[in-house]
Amino acid sequence: MTRYVMVADLNRCIGCQTCTVACRHTNATLPEIEWRRVLDMESGEFPDVERLFVPVGCQHCADPPCMHVCPSTATRQRDDGIISIDYDLCIGCSYCAVACPYQARYKTDRNRFAYDGKPMPSEEILMDEKRLGVAQKCTFCSDRIDAGLEANLTPGVDPDATPACVNSCIANALHFGDIEDRESNVSALVDNSPHFRMHEELGTDPGFYYLWRRKSVEE
Amino acid sequence: MTNTGQVLQANWDWRAAGNFMFGGSGGSLLLIAGFSSLPDVPHPLVAAVAMALVGLGLFLVWAEIGRPWRFLHVFFHPRTSWMTRESGVAVAFFALAITGVVLSLPVVVAVAGVMGLLFVYCQARVLKASTGIPAWRQPAIVPLILATGLTEGAALLLLLLAAVQEAIPWLDYILLGLIVVRAVAAASYLHALARANAPEATISVLKRTAIPFLMVGSLIPLILIVLEVSMTTEADIAIIVAGILALVSGWYVKFTIVTRAAHVQGFSLGVPGPAS
Repeated sequence: MTRYVMVADLNRCIGCQTCTVACRHTNATLPEIEWRRVLDMESGEFPDVERLFVPVGCQHCADPPCMHVCPSTATRQRDDGIISIDYDLCIGCSYCAVACPYQARYKTDRNRFAYDGKPMPSEEILMDEKRLGVAQKCTFCSDRIDAGLEANLTPGVDPDATPACVNSCIANALHFGDIEDRESNVSALVDNSPHFRMHEELGTDPGFYYLWRRKSVEE
Repeated sequence: MTNTGQVLQANWDWRAAGNFMFGGSGGSLLLIAGFSSLPDVPHPLVAAVAMALVGLGLFLVWAEIGRPWRFLHVFFHPRTSWMTRESGVAVAFFALAITGVVLSLPVVVAVAGVMGLLFVYCQARVLKASTGIPAWRQPAIVPLILATGLTEGAALLLLLLAAVQEAIPWLDYILLGLIVVRAVAAASYLHALARANAPEATISVLKRTAIPFLMVGSLIPLILIVLEVSMTTEADIAIIVAGILALVSGWYVKFTIVTRAAHVQGFSLGVPGPAS
């Protein structure tokens, strides 16, 4: 079995938000929507404190509450673990949004553009009216993955088969790959680094691993 | 580890709250009316109000969804979605209630009342399945939503019967008992939320709500009902005021839980485990 996951190295992320911009450019999301965003968080207590930049978005959970609650079956889980939304089935009830503990889902009812109220060329090409009035979220760039696999490329290794946010990361903090493949890049990272997954206690089995080696004040 | 970004959810507004308020009252009203009127059918006004309330709640939800003309898709996922189940039960509720009232079949109306109770239960489970909202996913919300719905149903029945100059002698005692059960359920819910480390803002909002709810919505109605049942003279006004307070306080609590206390889970850093 394949399970695609994202790995974010918090000791490398510098909070530049290039991933956010790359996602927005690739997926033509509206200004108020950020499928990939980066949080500015603090950890520890004075004087042993640390500032961290934490990329978040859909965690493509193995046991996704959004899918269980969806009344229309629009939210589904692919065989490779990616959680997808069928925009033609979704009724826009937002039940998935309140079920998601990662604030990963958005809904907007009308097109709005950041620059002079007009779409940029990329937005004109990629704008999908089907996304209006329904739930939307990070897709792990599943269209790029599918096209890459058809071309015998490896997601997470070949850029043409890899999510845009990962490709764009200037600090090499974001990684993508198949966690079920013991030889994969993400397996190697998770196996060899201290890591956590967010809100694991909720039983969602998230597909987003955070590598984090805490720095003490003495370092 | 402290969570950050525990903002108020903006996905469900007063329209969603309206479904929990009116749907809970309407479903419970037909349950109590259906069984209390056996072997007859309930007064037509009571059945009409019950159906109108459930219908109003569903209309409000319909007005909130992004693609309202796809509403039939709501029935597609009965295997795991409590929203689908709620919708299915609502269809059965209306079908049985209309059939029972039109054909004057008391047992069918009573079964519709059972569907009304199931509808309220589905609503409670809809909230409990909302993993992203600590105030909703708390298991103690299920008895609270059931207790509020039943209390509102009893209070509404009492008020409607007073309007048509009818009365059920034991209904005062039922309402009294339900108000006590509801207060216990509310206290238990608040206690469970605090134990579960719910967002501070959620606890704060609910604590502010608890005082008027317990005083004006529970204690005063209890005193009025006790006065009414212990006095030899007629004291209809006391029971009417008690009914209104019990009804409105239930709506107030549900409105608060759905709109003002619904802070999201937020984000937190986990404790990094060792390399595997």
